[in-house]
Amino acid sequence: MMIEQEPEGTAMRAEALLEARGIRKSFGALEVLKGIDLTLARGEVVALIGPSGSGKSTLIRCLNMMEIPTAGTIHFHGKSIGRKFRDADDSTGIGTLRRHVGMVFQHFNLFPHKTVLENVTEGPIVVCGTPRAEAEAHALDLLSQVGLSQKRDAYPNHLSGGQKQRVAIARAMAMRPEVLLLDEGTSALDPELVGEVLAVIRRLVDDGMTMAIVTHEMAFAADVADRVLFLDEGAIVAQGAPDEIIRSPSNERLKAFVSRFNH
Amino acid sequence: MYKWNFDVLWQYWDLFLYGLWLTVVYTAGSIAFGVVIGLITCGARLSGWKSLSVIARVYQEIFRCTPLLVQLLWFYYAFPLLVGGSIDNRVAAMLTLSLYVGAFYAEIFRGGILSIDRGQREAAAAIGMSPMQAMTRIVMPQALKRMLPSFINQSVIQFKNTSLVSVISVADLAYMAAVVNGQTYRPLESYTVMALLYIAVLFPLTQIADLIERRLRVSD
Ligand SMILES: Nc1ncnc2c1ncn2[C@@H]1O[C@H](COP(=O)(O)OP(=O)(O)OP(=O)(O)O)[C@@H](O)[C@H]1O
Ligand SMILES: [Mg+2]
Repeated sequence: MMIEQEPEGTAMRAEALLEARGIRKSFGALEVLKGIDLTLARGEVVALIGPSGSGKSTLIRCLNMMEIPTAGTIHFHGKSIGRKFRDADDSTGIGTLRRHVGMVFQHFNLFPHKTVLENVTEGPIVVCGTPRAEAEAHALDLLSQVGLSQKRDAYPNHLSGGQKQRVAIARAMAMRPEVLLLDEGTSALDPELVGEVLAVIRRLVDDGMTMAIVTHEMAFAADVADRVLFLDEGAIVAQGAPDEIIRSPSNERLKAFVSRFNH
Repeated sequence: MYKWNFDVLWQYWDLFLYGLWLTVVYTAGSIAFGVVIGLITCGARLSGWKSLSVIARVYQEIFRCTPLLVQLLWFYYAFPLLVGGSIDNRVAAMLTLSLYVGAFYAEIFRGGILSIDRGQREAAAAIGMSPMQAMTRIVMPQALKRMLPSFINQSVIQFKNTSLVSVISVADLAYMAAVVNGQTYRPLESYTVMALLYIAVLFPLTQIADLIERRLRVSD
């Protein structure tokens, strides 16, 4: 169905966990996604790269139905997700999908009226019914993993961009998701802070998390991703192993795009 | 030079007190009903259901674009003819006041909710919250904080507006002041006492409102 160009040693790959089939998305007359097929296997890390406005955020937002695709379907564990929050079959409701597929937004969207700790415990307590003490213990563990234990009682407005993003990662991870969707914005972060965030993401990758990452850090994408997708004007123009896509691009537009980052 | 004489009013203190009591009752009652009406109207406007939203909008515009005095007269004198029968003046007063303030509250609630960034609802949805959970746990707490100053302001205005029910003979403070004036022929004293009583209630309330507003601004 698609060009499988997996690195050696992953031949024993598990089933397709999250899958997009023929996704199209229009906003009014503007068609932003023009038929996207994408499969995320368990444990796989896919990096999405492409120029600003190419539809990276829109695609990643379709993967957890934050945007309802105009056409095409999203499959989770092989089952096509419906259009309702709660479906007759519990495993195909949008709510169920989102409980198992975490998301970190381009603009973080932390809850400003809640402390860092409350931001992280909100999902488990409210959605999963986890007892508060248990949720807090897990949250503190996650906060220490992202290096923010000392900020547990701070409010998001008092955090730097990099710190906000790490809290957003901890908030998503608190739900113990099977897949993490990470939209790393263009210039939302101070370059100095990017390093801290990337270290956190790398740890997740090393732990075997299944991820789709939108990133502008080419070197990082080349480093952590199993597969890189180049999106341009709403279509996947090239995809494959990082070596082939980023280190030796063949496609003209891809070459032009990548060269901008390798000065 | 006019000679003030408040002494003659003393024997009517119970009338003033009773009037003030009714003013408080009509204010508090209409605020309570108004909040319910406002929430329902706001829900209808934001429901995304076209016909419901249009009905809510029509109601709001009717009550926001006619004077409260006109509404009181209409509900007391005109409405009974429409439905056949009569309406108790106290019922007409409470009904009109509630519908009036409800229309304004709905707009305050709606503005507060719409002022919250869409990303907040999305972040709530992304951790699996239902639209209802996202509304009550994430959007509403933030919106309430933003709408509180306008809400208090509208409620203070409502307290003053209540004086209009005297035109349909509801014995509120303004009505009682007129009664006392009729008995004593002392308009200056009667109406001054009335004004002072309004101030006695509203001045502390506006001070508290200012305090709350300042507190909220600090925590942002
Ligand atoms: N809700 C929306 N309504 C209308 N147009 C939208 C909406 N969301 C995205 N778009 C448009 O869709 C196109 C793709 O946007 P998208 O945010 O997916 O791009 P992107 O690749 O993530 O860009 P960036 O690198 O700047 O984040 C843009 O032209 C954008 O203006
Ligand atoms: Mg984007």
